[in-house]
Amino acid sequence: MERALFLIFALTAIVAAFNVVLRRHPLQSALALLVVLGALTGLYILLGAYFLAVIQVVIYAGAILVLFLFVIMLLNLRAEEARLERRPLLRWLAIPFAALLGVEIISLVRLFEENPIPSGTSVGVTESIGRELFTTYLLPFELTSILILIALLGAVVLARREGR
Amino acid sequence: MTTIPISWYLAVAAVLFTIGTVTVFVKRNAIVMLLGIELMLNAANLTLVTFSSYFRELAGQIMVFFVMVVAAAEAAVGLAIVVLLFRHRETLNVDEAQLLKL
Amino acid sequence: MGLIVEAAIKIVIVFGIVLTFLAYLALFERKILGWIQLRYGPNRVGPWGLLQPLADLLKFLFKEDVRPNTPNPVLFTVAPILALVPALMTYAVIPFGDRIVLFGREITLYITSVNVGLLYLFALSGLGVYGIVLAGWASNSKYSLLGGLRSAAQMISYELTLTLSVVGVLIQAGSLDLVEIVRAQSGTYWGIIPRWHVFWYQPLGFLLFFIAAIAETNRVPFDLPEAETELVAGYHTEYSATKFAMFYVAEYANILAVSALATTLFLGGWNGPGAARAPLLGVVYFAAKTAVFLFIYIWLRATLPRFRYDQLMRFGWKVLVPLAFANVVFSSAMALVV
Repeated sequence: MERALFLIFALTAIVAAFNVVLRRHPLQSALALLVVLGALTGLYILLGAYFLAVIQVVIYAGAILVLFLFVIMLLNLRAEEARLERRPLLRWLAIPFAALLGVEIISLVRLFEENPIPSGTSVGVTESIGRELFTTYLLPFELTSILILIALLGAVVLARREGR
Repeated sequence: MTTIPISWYLAVAAVLFTIGTVTVFVKRNAIVMLLGIELMLNAANLTLVTFSSYFRELAGQIMVFFVMVVAAAEAAVGLAIVVLLFRHRETLNVDEAQLLKL
Repeated sequence: MGLIVEAAIKIVIVFGIVLTFLAYLALFERKILGWIQLRYGPNRVGPWGLLQPLADLLKFLFKEDVRPNTPNPVLFTVAPILALVPALMTYAVIPFGDRIVLFGREITLYITSVNVGLLYLFALSGLGVYGIVLAGWASNSKYSLLGGLRSAAQMISYELTLTLSVVGVLIQAGSLDLVEIVRAQSGTYWGIIPRWHVFWYQPLGFLLFFIAAIAETNRVPFDLPEAETELVAGYHTEYSATKFAMFYVAEYANILAVSALATTLFLGGWNGPGAARAPLLGVVYFAAKTAVFLFIYIWLRATLPRFRYDQLMRFGWKVLVPLAFANVVFSSAMALVV
């Protein structure tokens, strides 16, 4: 049961991720990323990180991606046209590098082969995360609020029309 | 009840991260490049959550929380820059935005 | 196994009741609007127009499904589904009543209670934006696109207030679980005033929640995404037949969900005199409190003019958000003092 769910979510995530890069229209890429986020939410639930799973939907799907969609629609972007290949030889170079990367990933992942995730763990409940955030990680937490303030001001300053 | 090996999660995360990197390299549209960065961040998040569950240690999940905050800040500023770029050049192709002045 | 069957039965019952009620909510809205505007409202189909929802349904089903010349036919079809599904998923966690004993087993009067219940609802409300935005995009029409864009900006802005206004309740109740939040509101102060959050100490939070909820559901006076005098019908201009019906149902489903949520969070949910001994009476209380909200919704629609877009944004960011932050600070201070 768990394995079946894992396979469904994992395959969805990977197929959708391929769509992010393969689609020509930015809006379709953004929607593919939305599917990836949804599948990752499923994986987080399987891992017992319930709080993060919900937060993932609230922040990523509910705020960040909507912002992306908003900008794509605001600028009324069109699908990008196929580009001319400047250095066709580089394309063939990609194959050995991809193989190298694949071997690297497989060998790294094999290090953890026999270690199953303990079933039914859920360390990530809201209460424990909140407790940690406001005790051990209080300073980083406060720093992120300053970071967000800076980002907010930066976005306002950047996007404001000049000459007023 | 069968359990899932930790390597499966890591493999998924690795694949997602690779696709995200490829997106940033291959695409020339600034918005899609930002989407690729989000994909990479999410892949990293998945590894963090995986190890957090494996070691029964909250630190990983807290880290994911911070990554999300940074991603939100990055998206806000990044998209503001994108809007600005589009206003000046009528394009989002990063290859065409190479001059320091208009 | 028994648990799954029980859950399935509850889901079927809740959805049956909710969907029927949504159909009649539309009728009541037209009736009440007619009453306020000194006219009859629908009264042709059945006695007092009571069969009107059925007639509407048949009309929606049999009308021609007009599809605009759009480059995204798939998105055009998926968008109404994306609007409707999150709206209906909210009912999974809303506690309609406490528990009753039936056939010798204890049955809870809600589908499920999850420990991140409120966050789950916010996640769904965040997803609700997609249906509207994508409908605006996929319609390939400038009115739809403008409606979708406005709606994206509006819903993101007011979601902030919506979330912040609930923080006070969370501090007071100490739980994200909706059932626990309702339990925290049982009993009375000095034997008279019910322990509802709206009386003590979240009146401001309640007001902010209600205003933001109206904006979230795109209703008057915040119905800019579908402002008919300027945008024809906004994001659903190009929709017809069944797909239009989906948007229609989604709007009413959201209104009902938000009213039920306001009842749960601020008005004590199923709590009321005698509800502790007779749980079914609690359901009646819950329905009555929710109905008050629904009436106010319709009343507002008949009374208020629409905001202008810049007024809407200014009101959201410069009035509601600061007030919501003030309420968070106030609630935290109260939590330390009390």
